[in-house]
Amino acid sequence: MLKEIKKENKLVFSRPKTIQENYDYPFCAGCGHGVVLRLIAEVIDELGIQGKTIAIASVGCSISMEKFYDLDIVGSSHGRAPCVATGVKRAKPDRIVFTYQGDGDAATIGMNETIHTACRGENITTICINNTNFGMTGGQASATSILGQITTTTKKGRDPKKNGYPVKIAEMVALCDGAVYVERTGIFNPQSIIKTKAAIKKAFLNQINGLGFSFVEVLCACPTGWKLSPVKSLEYIQNEISKVHKLGIIKDITNITE
Amino acid sequence: MTSKILMKGNKAIAQAAINAGLECYFGYPITPQNEIGEFMSDEMPKLGRTYISAESELAAVNMLIGAASTGTLSMTSSSSCAIALMQEAISAMATAEIPGVIISVMRAGPGLGNITPSQGDYFQATKGGGNGDYRTIVLAPSTINEAVELTYKTFYLAFKYRNPAMLLADGMLGQMMEPVELKPFDLKIPDSSEWEADGIGEGNNKRPFRKLVSLHMQGNDLILLNEKLQRKYGTIQENEVMYEKYMADDADILITAFGTVARVAKSAVEKARSLGIKAGLFRPITLWPFPSEELKDAAKGKKTILNIELNEGQMMLDAKAAIDGVCPIELLSRLGGAIVKEGEIIEKIKELSSKYTCLKVISDNPSKNESQDSSRGHIKC
Repeated sequence: MLKEIKKENKLVFSRPKTIQENYDYPFCAGCGHGVVLRLIAEVIDELGIQGKTIAIASVGCSISMEKFYDLDIVGSSHGRAPCVATGVKRAKPDRIVFTYQGDGDAATIGMNETIHTACRGENITTICINNTNFGMTGGQASATSILGQITTTTKKGRDPKKNGYPVKIAEMVALCDGAVYVERTGIFNPQSIIKTKAAIKKAFLNQINGLGFSFVEVLCACPTGWKLSPVKSLEYIQNEISKVHKLGIIKDITNITE
Repeated sequence: MTSKILMKGNKAIAQAAINAGLECYFGYPITPQNEIGEFMSDEMPKLGRTYISAESELAAVNMLIGAASTGTLSMTSSSSCAIALMQEAISAMATAEIPGVIISVMRAGPGLGNITPSQGDYFQATKGGGNGDYRTIVLAPSTINEAVELTYKTFYLAFKYRNPAMLLADGMLGQMMEPVELKPFDLKIPDSSEWEADGIGEGNNKRPFRKLVSLHMQGNDLILLNEKLQRKYGTIQENEVMYEKYMADDADILITAFGTVARVAKSAVEKARSLGIKAGLFRPITLWPFPSEELKDAAKGKKTILNIELNEGQMMLDAKAAIDGVCPIELLSRLGGAIVKEGEIIEKIKELSSKYTCLKVISDNPSKNESQDSSRGHIKC
């Protein structure tokens, strides 16, 4: 009987070690950042690499990573996280180095750095949160905003004649010979979260195995920027954004390079 | 004693950095400093060290931030308009207290300008184009031998103070060859184990995790950080000033000049002395911290200071503030890649000698010399 009670009290869910014990949760209701940061923390815990991982923070809402990860963290200027990561990784090749960037950082101001880091085949991992707008500054259009998307700088919707076409950063990275694994996932239902975690884990494992540059783009909700409810935001990802930024493995040559 | 070899300035600087223990070099081509990157691409891999030809100077300086954050001796090198691209990162480096080393070999500006020698980036180096109240340690060699010595010192000071440090040379120094004595590196790089974010955090040796970041949003964090940085800058100003005085003590006319110009000025001083004019030289070696107190002391009792630069008097603003009116100061400048010649300096010294040796010249035409009013008490016939 006692044994059974003990079994019932078995710990099934806890805070990953990589997340600090006391922190102020910085994100808006319905934001995808919190989910992805937790997934990364779970992966780091599961791979047992907390004590040898260096995280590279970037600019945007993603910078909140600095506040609640129990990791060595090096900050970077807007768009330059892959360069900082390159410097760290070359100086300390046996450490695990990853960048955590938004679409403003990785696909807009830092597109050049993202692409060149991929071309160099830098053995690092990039997790790119794509919420198709500049969340931190109040919801302006970014390079990845989809056609018709309403933002504070495209009030009548993104018009290709005026604002150009959305950047599909994962597809661009996939074209680089040095990129070994590129996947786009989304955060909009439990299955998609499980898939995202698997992609993140693979991206870290690739680095541990010395395979080269891995890039995981995660479509995330930004209810505040999109001026949609959290639930409507998830529908927007599923019905609108993922039609343009298509989900799936875009490139995987990890078993070829092994 | 090591033997002397004939070497180009850029190569000597690169070799000195390697001697100092440089582990990571990040660069992007720009004239007149290309030999540094080329040398590194040959030599660093041989030693099992890192050389990366970055996609831009923005990338290079941010790679520098990454590598230096781990306590690794790292540097980048560049020039003028490309150093301009690095300013945001240099400010971030100063804020997060990361000891990155930057070699700046100046070309002529403004804009893309051209590749001829200039000192047009004194402001850029010492005042910084980056945002906020930060300082970069700036050392300015005037010979290739000194460039070697100061390259060593640049790494040392960067780590001693956890601050970006720059070696500021001009295109002439980078491109010319002269006999160099490559002395072995004799400084001890200060220990970085207390601050480096090298990824060996809690769980292994139980040190707290470290965050080298430049964003400080919480409460009064940024106020406290600024106060801390200013205290550090005060300590640097107090302890690290370097300068050279040459025939300065008994001089009537004191030249202030840095870098290669100071070499030309030195021979002009000797010529002037042979003509019976007491000229001397005060050469700041650290441009920041600027030797303000030392220059003020040296300026006392002088008839005038002649400030010579290959720019429109950028250092003169610091010199003026330093001497605080104890004597007049005049400018001899050359812009756009022109070099100041020894003969021109001697002519100027002669002109100043007659202007300031006879009080009559000034009192005859008071309106024209209004600007020298404050210093008249120091002019002796």
